[in-house]
Amino acid sequence: MSFSIIGTGKSVPEHIVTNDMLSEFLDTSDEWIVERTGIKVRHVMTSETLLDLAAKASEDALKDAGITAKDVDMIICSTLQGDYVSPALSCLVAESIGCDTGFVFDMNMGCSGFIFALETADSFLECGRARRILIVCAEALSRHIDWNDRSTCVLFGDGAGAVVVEKSDSKVDFITKVNGSYEELYIPGEEGNNPYKSKCCDVRYLKMNGREIFKFAVSSIVSDAKELLDKNGMTTDDISFYILHQANLRIINSARQRLKQDEEKFPHNVETHGNTSSASIPMLLDDLNKSGKLKNGMTLMLSAFGAGLSRGACIIKWSK
Amino acid sequence: MVFEKVVELLSDYSDVAADSITEDSTFEDLGLDSLDTVELIMGIEDEFGVTIEMSNEFKTVGSVVKYIEDNME
Repeated sequence: MSFSIIGTGKSVPEHIVTNDMLSEFLDTSDEWIVERTGIKVRHVMTSETLLDLAAKASEDALKDAGITAKDVDMIICSTLQGDYVSPALSCLVAESIGCDTGFVFDMNMGCSGFIFALETADSFLECGRARRILIVCAEALSRHIDWNDRSTCVLFGDGAGAVVVEKSDSKVDFITKVNGSYEELYIPGEEGNNPYKSKCCDVRYLKMNGREIFKFAVSSIVSDAKELLDKNGMTTDDISFYILHQANLRIINSARQRLKQDEEKFPHNVETHGNTSSASIPMLLDDLNKSGKLKNGMTLMLSAFGAGLSRGACIIKWSK
Repeated sequence: MVFEKVVELLSDYSDVAADSITEDSTFEDLGLDSLDTVELIMGIEDEFGVTIEMSNEFKTVGSVVKYIEDNME
């Protein structure tokens, strides 16, 4: 299994919501939010569609890779839900960016989506079905959170991140796991107006048990990293950057301390974006790539966790 | 013994001097927020080899110490 990320891209909505803006209609404060999450601002969709963000991030990644949409022969969209339940967001992205392939699909693995999409892409590259794949993670959490619930709505933001991957001789390795537990973190689906079905509940917003998820997140990051490193005969010190799903700065710091690593090896942008679900890792990768922090030959550990309960980690060599 | 070890683990999260922590001290008094208590519980699980469900709501140091003593092998 081997590939290289040859381009990264990112797009966020224009509207920025500060903690003070939230405290105008919620019983919360900047101090409380920063202390418990590290989050200062997040971008929230107003006039944009998710397609706008996904297409922009995709075009950004293609440009960074120095190729056009015609050079891509597969598109994977990771999203909780696109602008429509149907059609899939990937169909709209393909048309919008001018990609000819019909080999496109959406996948939903919550906040772990990028790792699962990357492993899926790797498999299609490995078997020769695709040579170059666009992965775009686009998330509109603002549609799924309860804006009256101060314990969850302060945590999330909207955004899209994309990467282009290409077959190469750069070795990669993955761990992906799910346990089927949903009570700790879920978003109920729409029931429609089926006259034969009794209504079970009215709540259609994201529900999360923060303490349970914090523990799941930290223990998953640490144990997955150790398992993957052991499997590859490596140690925690062999990793240049640990690029974690950006859910909460406290989770990132707790995992870092348990892995006994320096702060600079755990880059983060959660403070300016909040938790953007599966988009968070490709968005952070784009920040690091565009700011010149990623050097050829560096070994990166990507790690994510989320609804499912799902978790995934990946070791890749940066060889753009 | 368990109490002393818990007080030691607490030093990562609380500025309160170890010798002024008692079994009746609440985590709130010691300045721990809800995520600090989760981290403390994870540290306790590693230290004592016990599993603690997050549904357990511990208010005082003594309640955690009792839980550990009751569940240690």
